[in-house]
Amino acid sequence: MSSEATRAEVCVVACAEAFRGDGEIVANPIGVLPLLAGQVARASFEPDLVLKDDEALLVANEVPIGVADAPKVVEGWIPYRSMLEVAWSGRRHVMMGATQIDRYGNQNIAAIGPLGAPKVQLLGFRGAPGNTVNHATSYFVGTHSPRVFVEHVDVVTGIGYDRAEALGEAGRFHRIPRVVTNLGVFDFETPQRTMRLQSVHPGVTVDEIAAATGFELDVPDDVGDTRLPTAEELRLIREVLDPGGLRDREVQA
Amino acid sequence: MSDKRATEDEVVTELESGMTIGVGGWGSRRKPMSLVRAIARSDLTDLTIASYGGPDVGLLCAMGKVRRVHFSFVSLDSIPLEPHFRAAREAGAVEVTEYDEGLFYLSLQAAAWRVPFLPTRAGLGSDLFRTHPGLRTVRSPYDDGEDLVAAPALELDAAIVHLNRGDDRGNAQYLGIDPFFDDLFLGAARKRFVSVERVIPPADLLDEGPVQTLRVHRYLTDAIVEAPHGAHFTSCAPDYRRDESFQAEYAASAKSSEAWDAFRTKYVDLPSHADYLAQVGVRER
Repeated sequence: MSSEATRAEVCVVACAEAFRGDGEIVANPIGVLPLLAGQVARASFEPDLVLKDDEALLVANEVPIGVADAPKVVEGWIPYRSMLEVAWSGRRHVMMGATQIDRYGNQNIAAIGPLGAPKVQLLGFRGAPGNTVNHATSYFVGTHSPRVFVEHVDVVTGIGYDRAEALGEAGRFHRIPRVVTNLGVFDFETPQRTMRLQSVHPGVTVDEIAAATGFELDVPDDVGDTRLPTAEELRLIREVLDPGGLRDREVQA
Repeated sequence: MSDKRATEDEVVTELESGMTIGVGGWGSRRKPMSLVRAIARSDLTDLTIASYGGPDVGLLCAMGKVRRVHFSFVSLDSIPLEPHFRAAREAGAVEVTEYDEGLFYLSLQAAAWRVPFLPTRAGLGSDLFRTHPGLRTVRSPYDDGEDLVAAPALELDAAIVHLNRGDDRGNAQYLGIDPFFDDLFLGAARKRFVSVERVIPPADLLDEGPVQTLRVHRYLTDAIVEAPHGAHFTSCAPDYRRDESFQAEYAASAKSSEAWDAFRTKYVDLPSHADYLAQVGVRER
């Protein structure tokens, strides 16, 4: 086993870090890398995390992805109706994708083009409005580009910090702990709550990220490198959680 | 005790053009596809469909049956974007009323409880207020005075759902992992139609699963259709998985009008569900 972590493995651990400090809530990661990340977080540094699988089960053991009928230790049942109720209770942290995202963290997964006359019909609003106004929502974007990181999203499905701010008290549960992409890690820890570059993945430059971002990114002077996976995290990812290497199809270095 | 057994075509005679019809299931899971195809081959038109959308929405759009869709997503799960729905939207052929997933749940619940709305934060600050005409907020009458979204009751003229087992009185049972929102669709509807994999005697229902699986009660049902593989090609756990290769064929039929005509002739323009199963090559039990 190579000790050098691939870009996908760096991304998995960067996504896992989104859940640090969450405690005993439901982590609901959507997509291959976030699903790996939730499991890494629980196995490494967030042991009380409650993890939902891609159907309706809360699963207590490490389950490899892409392996049919892998044994599961089921600790709970959470059909869609219950999942929505958990969202409203606030005891949840979801990690979603974004077709577009702007500097305040407004997300679009509904459609591209003018409202009511979409050039591209995407999924729809899904649970994004309810997620973002009720509990922590992080994002993973596998291909960081100016088409994703845009000045203005065409439709606001998940709300960003400017929209939450405008809600006043009603926006008090809104939080976007982090955005992870194939190039770096981002947060909103600025006075205006605009997107800030927190760290660059090994081998990526700040200029590269700025060029791939369609708005002016907040770049502190002391941007560090994204932390590398530990040996134990690498073992977990490679030998237990993703022996088939699905992660490398999501993100290439 | 009345026998509520009916055929797909008998259900269709209870429907009218212009109706708002709710469809149970979720994405490409446990969709009442034999009823959807019966509607697709009927002369019904100008329908409003309300659904956690999958191929039910796509197929009816492709058949030109749909004026408006109430939805929060339309997806084939393993194929994230429903290609027929997408084509209809991008051609401007169908109107939409968009929802958050939870807002949709509350709108069904409000209709089922006969209240005009239910309050929620879901939707605040989002563009749902631009894509859901008539969506309103409501101010809490209590000391907090908070403004919340008023999820409007989504009253349905009819609902169609598919479950695993049922009896001839209209009780029905789900045996999979998720009841989805089927009982709420029925509760929100004026005319309620259930299809099931198998109709069995009431005394045998508990041999199939625990009492918690008896989710649809006969006071929520006007007719019950026995439709083995009635959810095909969507999944109907634990009876069968999604037919992924058939779903891929369905999705590919959105690529051209020739491809769609061929698919439609082969799989939709058939006299009955039995003919469909024979065509697909699914054997009845």
